[in-house]
Amino acid sequence: MIPGQFVYHRPASIAEAVAVLAAHGDEARPLSGGHSLIPMMKLRMATPEHLVDLAGISELKGISQQGQTIVIGAMTTQADLIKSDLLASALPIIRETSLQIADPQIRTKGTIGGNVANGDPGNDMPGLMQCLGATYHLSGASGERTVAARDFYQGAYFTSLDVGEILTSISIPVPPAGHGYAYEKLKRKIGDYATAATAVILTMADGKVATCSIALTNVSSTPLFAEEAAQLCLGTSLDAATLKAAGEAAKSISDPAADGRGTAEYRREMAGVVTARALAKAASRAMKGA
Amino acid sequence: MNEMVITREQREARLEGMGCKRKRVEDVRFTQGRGNYVDDIKMPNMVHGDFVRSQYAHAKIVKIDASKAKALPGVIAVLTAEDLKPLGLHWMPTLAGDVQAVLADGKVCFQNQEIAFVVAENRYITDDAIQLIEVEYEELPVVVDPFQSMAPDAPVLRPDLDGKMTGAHGPRKHHNHIFEWTIGDQSATDLAFETADVTVKEMLSYHRTHPSPLETCQCLASFDKIKGELTVYGTFQAPHVIRTVASLLSKIPEHKIHVIAPDIGGGFGNKVGAYAGYICSIVATIVTGVPVKWVEDRMENLSTTSFARDYHMTTEIAATKDGKVTGLRVHVLADHGAFDACADPSKWPAGFMNIVTGSYDFPTAHLAVDGVYTNKAPGGVAYRCSFRVTEAAYCIERGMDILAQKLGMDPADLRLKNFIRREQFPYQSALGWEYDSGDYHTAMNKAMEAISYRALRAEQKAKQEAFRRGETREIMGIGVSFFTEIVGAGPSKNCDILGVAMFDSAEIRIHPTGSIIARMGSKSQGQGHETTWAQIIATELGIPADDIMIEEGNTDTAPYGLGTYGSRSTPVAGAAIAMAARKIKNKAQMIAAHLLEVSEYDLEWDIDGFRVKGNPERSKTMKEIAWASYNSPPPGLEPGLEAVNYYDPPNMTYPFGAYFCVMDIDVDTGVAKIRRFYALDDCGTRINPMIIEGQVHGGLTEAFAIAMGQEIKYDELGNVVGASFMDFFIPTAVETPHWETDHTVTPSPHHPIGAKGVGESPNVGGVPAFSNAVNDAFGFLGSTHIQMPHDAWRVWEAAKKLGVHA
Ligand SMILES: Cc1cc2nc3c(=O)[nH]c(=O)nc-3n(C[C@H](O)[C@H](O)[C@H](O)COP(=O)(O)OP(=O)(O)OC[C@H]3O[C@@H](n4cnc5c(N)ncnc54)[C@H](O)[C@@H]3O)c2cc1C
Repeated sequence: MIPGQFVYHRPASIAEAVAVLAAHGDEARPLSGGHSLIPMMKLRMATPEHLVDLAGISELKGISQQGQTIVIGAMTTQADLIKSDLLASALPIIRETSLQIADPQIRTKGTIGGNVANGDPGNDMPGLMQCLGATYHLSGASGERTVAARDFYQGAYFTSLDVGEILTSISIPVPPAGHGYAYEKLKRKIGDYATAATAVILTMADGKVATCSIALTNVSSTPLFAEEAAQLCLGTSLDAATLKAAGEAAKSISDPAADGRGTAEYRREMAGVVTARALAKAASRAMKGA
Repeated sequence: MNEMVITREQREARLEGMGCKRKRVEDVRFTQGRGNYVDDIKMPNMVHGDFVRSQYAHAKIVKIDASKAKALPGVIAVLTAEDLKPLGLHWMPTLAGDVQAVLADGKVCFQNQEIAFVVAENRYITDDAIQLIEVEYEELPVVVDPFQSMAPDAPVLRPDLDGKMTGAHGPRKHHNHIFEWTIGDQSATDLAFETADVTVKEMLSYHRTHPSPLETCQCLASFDKIKGELTVYGTFQAPHVIRTVASLLSKIPEHKIHVIAPDIGGGFGNKVGAYAGYICSIVATIVTGVPVKWVEDRMENLSTTSFARDYHMTTEIAATKDGKVTGLRVHVLADHGAFDACADPSKWPAGFMNIVTGSYDFPTAHLAVDGVYTNKAPGGVAYRCSFRVTEAAYCIERGMDILAQKLGMDPADLRLKNFIRREQFPYQSALGWEYDSGDYHTAMNKAMEAISYRALRAEQKAKQEAFRRGETREIMGIGVSFFTEIVGAGPSKNCDILGVAMFDSAEIRIHPTGSIIARMGSKSQGQGHETTWAQIIATELGIPADDIMIEEGNTDTAPYGLGTYGSRSTPVAGAAIAMAARKIKNKAQMIAAHLLEVSEYDLEWDIDGFRVKGNPERSKTMKEIAWASYNSPPPGLEPGLEAVNYYDPPNMTYPFGAYFCVMDIDVDTGVAKIRRFYALDDCGTRINPMIIEGQVHGGLTEAFAIAMGQEIKYDELGNVVGASFMDFFIPTAVETPHWETDHTVTPSPHHPIGAKGVGESPNVGGVPAFSNAVNDAFGFLGSTHIQMPHDAWRVWEAAKKLGVHA
């Protein structure tokens, strides 16, 4: 549990960070909160020779609204997300999810950028970002580009991020006022990754689901955008049969690994259970909001 | 002036003696980060050692190439078995009469076994060097399941024992067999079963877990070549035993070995044994001439030093049709891992498993235990329990519930019907123990009333009906557990560790101004001895606890003792303290008589001194007596006021308790919510009710963890999986239920202050309460037994088998 040797860099701007990363190629890694990377280094599962700490780059921090879009800087910590009044009113699901990540100590270090860039299927933010239809802003030696969260994840720890690229911010379209939302996460204890988790955003009109977006966490090697499950809910009042069908649809795309949280079968079943529960909770909130 | 008006109550209160909720004095430093643990100790020129560990569970070692590591700047030494051989230290004796490889001698028998010890200037270089050592293996077939261990064609796990068909505890039946231990009247028990109205039989597995103290095992060894003296700071629950073993192994005379256990961050049985890290650090300091520190990391701790349990207990109870038990028959298959390194008193290969008759009046019983080797880490230590007592309590408490279910009786009523009655104490159990005291009916009735037991059963019945009607997906379980422990090892007639009898000791010295330094052979790892030992002395000698300093752990100054584990400190060291104090009191009485110019027999003790009978105005406080003892003792009496006592207990003590757990289970996720947990403990005389409560809270939290998920798991290749705190379940404040505590007081008749020990009761009694609650919840659906641990996925799996997801 002792990391190997590495050189520590602390650039002051995105440009400088990109330059340092470019100079060292795949021997360098960006460092944000360090709560995923440092444990991996202690286990020597990651052995970067250069760590490029993004903590000194002020342009990577902060939460702002630009029209119907909310922009969150990559270095915004989970604790900052929880504290934000703007998010609490416009995107309460971010707060609800953040509160279910790790524990208070880790949340004061862990960042949204590190969480979504990490590529660990256990991270909660990637699924949520898919549910919200978020866009990631990337910056590298060859310039800037954007990638949709729904297109970003390719496999466990394998994303669209190129070597030397950093994720600078995330933009999220603001869902309509009065929307229903829920992040249902089944876990063994505080500080644990999900056995299975589901993010739901929906709107209701006349007691029926008008729009619906669903994504799943930690039941595959990537987060899963559950289109079919969401489709099934449209136009329904989310009666028991619909909830069951949506749960089945979520299960059918899940392919979890067996681990300490349970067998693959159990974890797949739980994807169905948390999806049905998230939908029910989101619907009841939408009704209350309406 | 003030002295004149102070009331007797005030005099008593300012002592903060026995029965007082005195605040823990050690917490002043612990809560400020000012504890002094092994890893806080730094010595000039200190270097760091750590292990190259086996990748495989069972493999031949073909070659170890350390050349690259040795070439790394900062590396000082790399030790392998070859280097230890000339010293005869490549193997070490275990406390259980077996031997264990210090560094793998030609082969490895469990994953993460120690292969080489690397010493370097700092921990970073040590770890870098470990990565550079190349070990070439030849894999061997693996035995993980103890039930496969004695198959005729099972691979030979311990070729070093080849042909040795007798082990430390008698004949071996198979090359992977360690011992068979039997006790009880087999034919009478068999007859009881043949003639019984009702019998039940179930294989109850107590899974493998780990004591996992927050501070891992560590030591700092320093050899002074000039003086020929060895100093070892270490996380030792039994520092004197470590000193004796170190002397026997190293041939360094015992007076030249200074073993010191500083503050310890939890032990729970993990820090009783002797580990390869200690031996290698000692060898390394002798070889290199500089102090060598070894600190285990979390994964090393969970996967190598001392697991607990892995007991598979086939349990049978015979009874009459109206629920009177007539016989108990238990067979245990005990998985000891690759080496038998259990920390039991030497004559007890299965510990005190024969307490398995529990709190019930079994006319006859029989117990047989087979210990076997597997390719798993060695251990089998007593994780917060007296030796195998948790296993025994789980066995009988699950067994009684299973019998109740078969009889259609309420489990609490079945227990009430079969309890040993108050007037039967001292009670001779069918498996050979003499229970000192108990009043089980009173305790059980008090507990049942406190939780409104009958009302809970009615509520459960209603919920079951609602579940059947499909109105809820939640089921309710009520876990009953009534445990009897056997603690305080122990009487020299049957308890020793490697030949050292299991007495304990105390030395009390009163200074001229009436304050005290006292030292014991016990060693706190968080139990609060600095607080409670002072309280015993305060009451016995009338000196305020705040004026008493307690010191433990330094073997140069503390009297020889066997340390702290198995709830033995209060029963044994606590008795030694009272006895040493009474020696002092006797001398104090002579001095007081002299000072007051009366006969000793004319004096009586009064809170904090002696007074003349019938003339209470004439008195001498202990403080006055202390001054006189040095400066004006009676003619002919030697000056000073101190005493030592070595206490060989006449019997064990038998704490008991009634625990109830109320639980609601979501059958669709398997998640169990603890609604209520009530724990009534009877540990005899209560020295500090607040510390007792703290011990009960901690022990219940561990019991909750064990029953509900904590596990050391192996895959079929013998890879240890989940040996980190990501998977190994340590409840946080969020998961931990609210604990309700209660008590009755039935003093031990043979203990000088009547105390029995409590630190382990909650772990012993708690585990069956949780497990019984889960099992009780599913009983109405036709389930008889669900194995632990009861984490969500396994509970869900049990529900699925019962068809509730259809
Ligand atoms: C005990 C524990 C429990 C946890 N539980 C949860 C949980 O329940 N749910 C959850 O979601 N997370 C959990 N986490 C992870 C935690 O939230 C992490 O902090 C987070 O996933 C990563 O954020 P970070 O800022 O710490 O990233 P880092 O650890 O610094 O980086 C993670 C990875 O992303 C890369 N990276 C970081 N920032 C950028 C960037 N801006 N651009 C490109 N690449 C970047 C790094 O190079 C690295 O590969 C847990 C962590 C711990 C230690």
